[in-house]
Amino acid sequence: MEIEKYYHKSDALVVGTGLAGLRAALALADAGIDTITISKVYPTRSHSVSAQGGIAAAIAHASDDSTELHMWDTVKGSDYLGDQDAIEMFVNEAIETVYEMEHMGVVFSRMPDGRIAQRRFGGHSRPRAVYAADYTGHVLLHTLFEQCIKKRVRFFNEFFVLKLVYREDGVVSGVIAWDIRNGGLHIFNAKATLFATGGFGRAFKITSNSFANTGDGLALVLREGLPIEDLEFVQFHPTGLYRLGILVTEGARGEGGYLLNGKGERFMKNYAPEKMELAPRDVVSRAIQTEINEGRGIDGKDYVYIDLRHLGAEKIKERLPQIRELAMNFVGVDPIKEPIPIQPTAHYQMGGIPTTKKGEVTKDSQNTIVPGFYAAGECACVSIHGANRLGTNSQQEAITMGRIAGEAMAEFVKKADLFSIPEQAIEEAEAYVRKYLEGNGSVRPAELREKLHETMTNKVGIFRNEKDLSEAVKEVRELEEQIPKIKVEDKGFIFNLDLQEALETENLILFSEIVAAGALNRKESRGAHYRVDYPKRDDENWLKHTLAWKTPEGVKFDYKPVVITKYQPQERKY
Amino acid sequence: MKRKFKIFRYDPQKDKKPYYKEYEIEVQDGWTVLDAINHIHFYVDGTLAFRRACRSEICGSCAMRINGKNRLACKTQIKFLGKGTIKIEPLPGLPVIKDMIVDMDPFFKNLEKVKPYFIKYSPLPDEEQLQTPEEREVINEAAICILCGACTTSCPSFWANPDYLGPAALLKAYRFIFDSRDEGAKERLEIINDRNGIWRCHAIFNCTEACPKEINITHYIKKLQNLAVNSEF
Ligand SMILES: Cc1cc2nc3c(=O)[nH]c(=O)nc-3n(C[C@H](O)[C@H](O)[C@H](O)COP(=O)(O)OP(=O)(O)OC[C@H]3O[C@@H](n4cnc5c(N)ncnc54)[C@H](O)[C@@H]3O)c2cc1C
Ligand code: SF4
Ligand code: FES
Repeated sequence: MEIEKYYHKSDALVVGTGLAGLRAALALADAGIDTITISKVYPTRSHSVSAQGGIAAAIAHASDDSTELHMWDTVKGSDYLGDQDAIEMFVNEAIETVYEMEHMGVVFSRMPDGRIAQRRFGGHSRPRAVYAADYTGHVLLHTLFEQCIKKRVRFFNEFFVLKLVYREDGVVSGVIAWDIRNGGLHIFNAKATLFATGGFGRAFKITSNSFANTGDGLALVLREGLPIEDLEFVQFHPTGLYRLGILVTEGARGEGGYLLNGKGERFMKNYAPEKMELAPRDVVSRAIQTEINEGRGIDGKDYVYIDLRHLGAEKIKERLPQIRELAMNFVGVDPIKEPIPIQPTAHYQMGGIPTTKKGEVTKDSQNTIVPGFYAAGECACVSIHGANRLGTNSQQEAITMGRIAGEAMAEFVKKADLFSIPEQAIEEAEAYVRKYLEGNGSVRPAELREKLHETMTNKVGIFRNEKDLSEAVKEVRELEEQIPKIKVEDKGFIFNLDLQEALETENLILFSEIVAAGALNRKESRGAHYRVDYPKRDDENWLKHTLAWKTPEGVKFDYKPVVITKYQPQERKY
Repeated sequence: MKRKFKIFRYDPQKDKKPYYKEYEIEVQDGWTVLDAINHIHFYVDGTLAFRRACRSEICGSCAMRINGKNRLACKTQIKFLGKGTIKIEPLPGLPVIKDMIVDMDPFFKNLEKVKPYFIKYSPLPDEEQLQTPEEREVINEAAICILCGACTTSCPSFWANPDYLGPAALLKAYRFIFDSRDEGAKERLEIINDRNGIWRCHAIFNCTEACPKEINITHYIKKLQNLAVNSEF
């Protein structure tokens, strides 16, 4: 079987066309840099399009507000694991980002006087979420895509990146991708490469994430022997539609929605008496799970209600039209008339590829930079969100860090040389697809995924303990041993979804070990990482970032300090 | 409950021509058509191909023809499709790449023709450009188009003439022309005020019926026609 190879050269490469990737591509286009943008889906299909509730910036339209307050809320929300220098930069840039997006034409919701409207969101002490009803991600992503059309950004859509080229001399010189539509390997050689490959929610059974969110970027980085930061911190969003995990935005609570248990009580009064439903997500998800575990779900089952009825038909139709449609179509409930059944859903990864404040990828506890390699958006860890992200901070991060990383790349490529792609890297990539196209496995990718989902959901979920986590690590390793047995039924070159899913499944299994092992390793509770056997935060031993490498002997750990500038850790109460 | 699916199959690498294949599977209450074809692909026939991403009606990947109508697979509940065999085919009017996957490039190329981006020549303020909720309301519906292609590929005028910009591209033009902040109305009108633009729409309403976001596309095209007739450009 002949696999055709195609060679491309450019100054810069952007992998991913969500908010982070598109914003970076625009920054590069503005700087006149020759750039290629690659994505496994059409840009407007990227997961960012699903974001609902809003994007944070302290523009102080709905009340008094300041960047200091935004910073303080983010630091506290992160359970003190966020790097404060990065957060400070972020909250300042956030304001610029919102106005810049408006200047590109985003249809933000407005106040009667024509200024941008804002709403409340969990963990933010002021109404700080700038929004467009409940389809904020859609209008942001489409607007960036429109600007990319205007600036003639060069897209390679429906290309699956399967190898990061990390040379022996420590330089990244491009990627290798499979052409999903026609088959064939494309070798992209560039001076600078950005990963904006998004999140990893598909490792879990119940998730708000798109099918494409398989953490490919993480797996590719791990495979090259580079580390990932803080991957044990997984955000479970409190309100996913029951059994499906499809998101009901936190904006629904921001607008005043109640959470009710089987006894009809607003149970948040027992967990966060002051903030109630608008406590941060880690707190609310644990509260819901506790109600369920203690038999106070609806009819004793594994869900509770979010009740919007008191908001009235008009507000629901104006501010939460998508939520209403999703609830009606997927669970047959009209929120104007009935409460919506919900349960927590795997939503967001706080950790990721470690980067500097400029999006440069680093590879050790000294923050040594990998020349030519950048990361931004959900796949990256700056770290702005620490142990728990506040709602609306991640779209903001994706766009802001996308711009900053794009600008940094533009500067870099002006001075940098082009390093070649070693033949060996191409051979490896080829062997990688060949093993599926020519192999004769017996296990369908879906079967392995299902097992992974069971393990991750049952043992690496909201409440964690030593026994479950040790089992999880073992089970994920066993799954890894099964990878050579994966069966790809479709042997064709044209839109081979089967092949793509085999590659994605392999990626899911690869990084899931890091999540489970990291959670086992961190013997404390902080933000979204909750250890029943170590229920307290332990600043003495664990106020530090995890760096994890995948090695043949298992996961290797190292740590780096948290940057603390203004706010010393204190007890976190809501 | 067991349900039968009759699915369009075509892989140009091995099939001389398209054919239909039947699958019978157990479907669960609450399943959408996407759940069903995912199940077939995952556990029955790995060679079946289709696009999907968000599975929540917002990314626009999964438009296909279901029982003869353009719909989103992830939005279509099986229980509302009657009792018989469910027929699944690719969107009409675009070249088929494989199974339910069509070449969307002609669709996106048409979109690009209408200058589908915000245009402003006056200097921008430091903060936001003002827009009242009423002004925003005029374009709100048009702005949530998910570019799924269900409308354009349901239009007989588009089938007859692929150079017709089609409802989705015209809707995008509307979204900017009627945006109180935008300054590109004239240059866009020049493009769409054409035989292959707004005047090829004969108000057949197929697009509006097909749109999974229930956007009243024909109404907006009508508004563009009125503007073209009445404007001084
Ligand atoms: C349902 C939902 C609602 C949300 N609501 C909000 C909200 O209201 N506010 C907020 O701040 N945040 C929200 N978030 C989070 C936020 O949307 C995401 O964190 C953010 O959009 C991520 O953007 P990104 O650009 O990093 O990645 P994505 O948008 O996920 O894009 C990833 C890109 O990488 C590409 N890619 C991945 N792997 C490969 C590969 N192997 N080869 C080629 N291309 C590849 C994909 O094709 C895609 O283009 C929400 C998330 C979800 C799930
Ligand atoms: S107008 Fe409706 S049918 Fe047409 S592309 Fe947009 S969402 Fe799809
Ligand atoms: S999968 Fe996104 S619209 Fe159906």
